[in-house]
Amino acid sequence: MNIYSAISSNKNKTWLIMFLFVVFITTLVYVFSKAMGFSLGLAGIALVIAGITSIGSYYYSDKLVLATTGAKEIKKSDYPKYYRTVENMCIAAGLSMPKVYIVEDASPNAFATGRDPKHAVVCATTGLLAMMDDAELEGVIAHELSHIKNYDIRLMGVVVVLVGFIAIISDLFIRATFYSNSDDNKASSIFLILAIVFAILSPIAATLIQLAVSRKREYLADASGALLTRYPEGLASALEKLAHDKTPPRVASNATAHLYIENPFDNKKVKNFFTGLFNTHPPLEERIKILRQM
Amino acid sequence: MNLVILVVVVVAVIAFIWFLYNSIIVAKLRVNEALSQIDVQLKRRTDLIPNLVEAVKGYAKHEKQLFEDVTKERANLVSAKSVEEKAKANNQLTETFKSIFAVAEAYPALRASENFMQLQEEVSDTENKIAYSRQFYNSNVLDYNTKLVIFPNVLIAGMLGFKPAEFFAATEEEKKAVKVSF
Repeated sequence: MNIYSAISSNKNKTWLIMFLFVVFITTLVYVFSKAMGFSLGLAGIALVIAGITSIGSYYYSDKLVLATTGAKEIKKSDYPKYYRTVENMCIAAGLSMPKVYIVEDASPNAFATGRDPKHAVVCATTGLLAMMDDAELEGVIAHELSHIKNYDIRLMGVVVVLVGFIAIISDLFIRATFYSNSDDNKASSIFLILAIVFAILSPIAATLIQLAVSRKREYLADASGALLTRYPEGLASALEKLAHDKTPPRVASNATAHLYIENPFDNKKVKNFFTGLFNTHPPLEERIKILRQM
Repeated sequence: MNLVILVVVVVAVIAFIWFLYNSIIVAKLRVNEALSQIDVQLKRRTDLIPNLVEAVKGYAKHEKQLFEDVTKERANLVSAKSVEEKAKANNQLTETFKSIFAVAEAYPALRASENFMQLQEEVSDTENKIAYSRQFYNSNVLDYNTKLVIFPNVLIAGMLGFKPAEFFAATEEEKKAVKVSF
C-alpha cells in the first residue's frame, strides 16, 4: 500500500461507511416498526435523520472530536517550539498549515483530525510536549501529518462519529436491559429485542472499525513520517517514551481511541469487552523495531 | 479497412502523448511550486539580515568586514536567478551567519540582549525551514526528472520540450551530517 492507493482507498471507504450507516439505521427502524406495528413513516424519518447524521459526520467530525477531547486552539506565541515543528514538517510534506491544538493532559499523546489537508487539525497533549525533545516531537508531528496527507483523518473522523454512535447506543441498550426491573412486559420485551439486536451489532461495528482503521495505516504513517524527518530514530525514541509512560489518560473514549498515535487504553488494568475489540494499534515494540531497521 | 486501422493508430498515439504530457506537466508544476516555497523562506532570511546587522553593529562596530560580506551576500541571494545560484548564495550566507554568531560570542551584552536572542532563534528557524523546503523541492525534482528518463517517456519528453530540473544543493557540511549513523 503506497500513499496514492492509501488516499483513494480511504476516500472510497469513507463513502462506503457513510452509505452503510444510512442503510443500516433505516433497515433497523423499518424492521422494528413493522414488527411492532408502528407506522412505516418512522423508517422515512430514520432515513432522513441517518442521512443528515452521515453528511454531518463528514463535515463536523473534527469539531466533535475536538469538543469531546477538550482541545484548545493555540497561537504561535503560546507554544513556539510545537508550532514551529508543525510548520517545518508541513513544509517538508508540502502540506498547507493545519490548525494547531493542545489538550491539557499529563498523559502524552497526539492525534490529527479533519476531512482533508485543507481542513485539518493537529493536536498534542501538554504531557507529550513536556516529554519529547526536538527530534522526537518532529517524529510524532511527521507521523500525524502523514495521517492528514493520506486522508486517514477523513475516514477516521467519519468512523468515530458513525460507528462510535452505534457502539455507544448498543452499549446503552445492553446496560438498560441488565438493570431494568420493569413490570411492564411489553416495554421490557421491546428492550430485550433491541438489546439482542444491538448486542449482535456491537461486535460488527467494532469489526468495521478494525477493517477501516487497519494496522497497516499506522505502519504506513510511521514510514512516511520517517521520510519527512529523514530520521526514523526520532519517532522510534518517542514511541519508546510512550511505551514506558504510565500516566492514565484523562480524556479518551472507546470511540476516539484509534485517533491517537498510541492506544490510550494500553495501560488500563481492567480490559473490558470493548477495549479488547477496539484494539486499534499495532504493538509499540513492533513499530519501534521496524523504525530502527529503516 | 486500412483507413480504420490508420485512424485507430493515430488516435492511440495522440492519446498516449496527451496522457504523457499531462503527467509530466503536473510533475513540473509541483517542482515550480516547491521552488516558490524555497523562495518564500529565502526571502524571509534576506529580510532578517538588516535587523541582525543593526543588532550586532550596536555592540561590535569594528567588525566592518563581516557586515560588508553579509550585505554583499544578501545582494547576491536577492539577485540570484537559477537554482544553482540561489543554492550557492544561500550556502555562503549560512557560513557568514555562523561567523556573525561566533563574533557575538565575544560580546556577552549582545548575547544577553533580548532582541539578539530573538533574532538568533528566527535565523535558526529559517535555516530549518530552508532545509525542509529544499528537501521537499529535491524530492519533487527527483520525481519529475525520473518521469523524463523512464521508458517510453524518454522517447518524446525531449521533443515536447521538457528539460530536467536542477537540484537545490546542500552545503558540504550538511551533506556530511546526513551520513551520521545511529
